[in-house]
Amino acid sequence: MAAASAGGALRPARLWPGDVLKVGAVGLRTRPMRAFLSALGIAIGIAAMVAVVGVSSSSRADLDRALAALGTNLLTVSPGSTLTGEKAQLPLESEAMVARIAPVREVSAIGLLDDAKVYRSGRIPKTETSGIAVYAARTDLRAATGAELRGGTWLNAATGSYPAVVLGSSAADRLGIGHAGPGVKVLVGGKWFTVVGILAKAPLAPELDASALVGWPVAQARLGFDGHPTTIYTRSRDASVEDVRNVLGATANPEAPNEVQVSRPSDALAAKKAAGEAFTGLLLGLGAVALLVGGVGVANTMVISVLERRAEIGLRRSLGATRGQIRTQFLAESLLLSALGGAGGALIGTLVTLVYALYQGWPVVVPAWAVAGGVAATLLIGALAGLYPAIRASRLSPTEALAAT
Amino acid sequence: MIDLRDVTKIYPGGVRALGGVSLHVGAGELVAIVGPSGSGKSTMLNVLGTLDRPTSGTVHIDGHDVGRLPDAKLSALRAGRIGFVFQQFHLAAGTKAVDNVADGLLYAGLRPGERRRRAMAALERVGLGHRMGHEPHELSGGERQRVAIARAVAGEPALLLADEPTGALDSVSGNGVMELLRELHAGGTTVVIITHDREIADGLPRQVRMRDGLVVSDSGPPGGTSAGATGEAAVAAPAEVR
Ligand SMILES: Nc1ncnc2c1ncn2[C@@H]1O[C@H](COP(=O)(O)OP(=O)(O)OP(=O)(O)O)[C@@H](O)[C@H]1O
Ligand SMILES: [Mg+2]
Repeated sequence: MAAASAGGALRPARLWPGDVLKVGAVGLRTRPMRAFLSALGIAIGIAAMVAVVGVSSSSRADLDRALAALGTNLLTVSPGSTLTGEKAQLPLESEAMVARIAPVREVSAIGLLDDAKVYRSGRIPKTETSGIAVYAARTDLRAATGAELRGGTWLNAATGSYPAVVLGSSAADRLGIGHAGPGVKVLVGGKWFTVVGILAKAPLAPELDASALVGWPVAQARLGFDGHPTTIYTRSRDASVEDVRNVLGATANPEAPNEVQVSRPSDALAAKKAAGEAFTGLLLGLGAVALLVGGVGVANTMVISVLERRAEIGLRRSLGATRGQIRTQFLAESLLLSALGGAGGALIGTLVTLVYALYQGWPVVVPAWAVAGGVAATLLIGALAGLYPAIRASRLSPTEALAAT
Repeated sequence: MIDLRDVTKIYPGGVRALGGVSLHVGAGELVAIVGPSGSGKSTMLNVLGTLDRPTSGTVHIDGHDVGRLPDAKLSALRAGRIGFVFQQFHLAAGTKAVDNVADGLLYAGLRPGERRRRAMAALERVGLGHRMGHEPHELSGGERQRVAIARAVAGEPALLLADEPTGALDSVSGNGVMELLRELHAGGTTVVIITHDREIADGLPRQVRMRDGLVVSDSGPPGGTSAGATGEAAVAAPAEVR
């Protein structure tokens, strides 16, 4: 019998992949609570990261959707300051000149009435203004800014000549006016105006939110408006927005082009988004720290597992397990632990995103790269956490391992 | 099957557990190793089973020079040719008898279905066909040791090493276990048993007595005594005097 195998090559058998999984799951099966808790550490880290990315992606998707609806082709022109530091003025004819730029499709304007204040009633002391600006508004303002009505009607050629006012959304709130109607009046520049409409929030023209808008003619006739626009709104063909932007200042005020401020409100929204991203980065960092702590938890669990299971390791060695197979077993266990945590965390993070986005009325976006990256990070952490304990397990001498009970 | 030459084992700390042992065991023998506690029996069995390497001397098992084999090949030797039975059984808690036995074949490269089939056959062989689905805590000590023996023999090893297999059992269970080991020997397996029980040892064909890390007497293989065996016994004798 000895002779038969004497010359025979000794080659350790490979474990089937299913068997690797099975021996890797031994620790999880025999100590489920401990496995659950250490996987939980990983899950929290991954859930935090996936949720942060998911929530910020959903919010960005919402913004993109809003921008797509509002358009990014709105440019505004306003007076800056003169060389001597005084407030500049746009010429009376600036609107007409801007309208002559070829790609410009729509032009509208508002003009600030510096001295006019708005009050709900005459009994309120004059010093107590509510921070509401009064503007003269062109009747095509809504089309140019994309501002929607919350209630009532917008100014038209007829109401623009009468004491009629449309309130911005926060202006209406501050004045405590819930709806527009023939009986609802406010004091504008000391005269009674009927509130004919209330605007919804205007994301591209936030200055309208805290404003009271009256017709251009009535402003000139009754409130002493000088007729100079303070903001001109233009909509251009999408492809030509930059071209228009380049000539807008010189066109609006050819005498003093440097006293004109041109801006693109959609850029301001995008900038706000960028500021949000910096915060997202911070939260992501916190998630990474949580993940790292989870990884330390898994490493700790694995070290204890190896200490406790020395007899099992010795037995497996006596049954013919190679050092490599023992190492594989504990690496597999560590990977399984963290993969379970990673999968659970990705699920929790997705659910958190779902709930939060639905609550905010955002579209739900969980980027595949975030989930895939999370799982990859988990596997990396599992491998790192398991490496040292697995090597320790494989280095145990079989007899010492067997002696431990 | 087994050939030890001048094997010493000195543990870290200077304990000389084996002080130059030479022993030859032929294929198909049934050998009892006896001796007082601390005499080096377990140490020798571990060396025989390739679980431990000697400090000096050479060990040949099944024709392989163990000292020259790297870990992977030693493991393959254990997986394919050697079965172990321990005093403390070393069964996996919460795992059915049949799975405990089948997992013993994990490192032999067999498919799960084949492992299970062989495990069931081995359990039938040790008379536990009706206990396959039971977990260790549902079995008596004797039954547990029989499960452990089934695990050791499921891979049909050429060499079975048992370190006090009856040490934790009462005499009735112990006799059952010994009966089983004798049957395996009758089937052609080489069996080496460490025992404290003089009665058990005397009932076996060959006894090797140890003291202080040395073989002090060896009854030699039954029938034709090999020159090596008697010679070793003679060489060992002065050590007993010393
Ligand atoms: N890992 C070890 N490190 C140091 N010394 C050890 C180790 N294992 C055993 N020894 C010592 O080696 C000697 C032989 O031990 P061994 O376990 O081989 O004896 P034994 O004959 O099996 O005894 P028993 O019948 O009590 O099981 C003893 O003196 C023991 O203390
Ligand atoms: Mg012993």
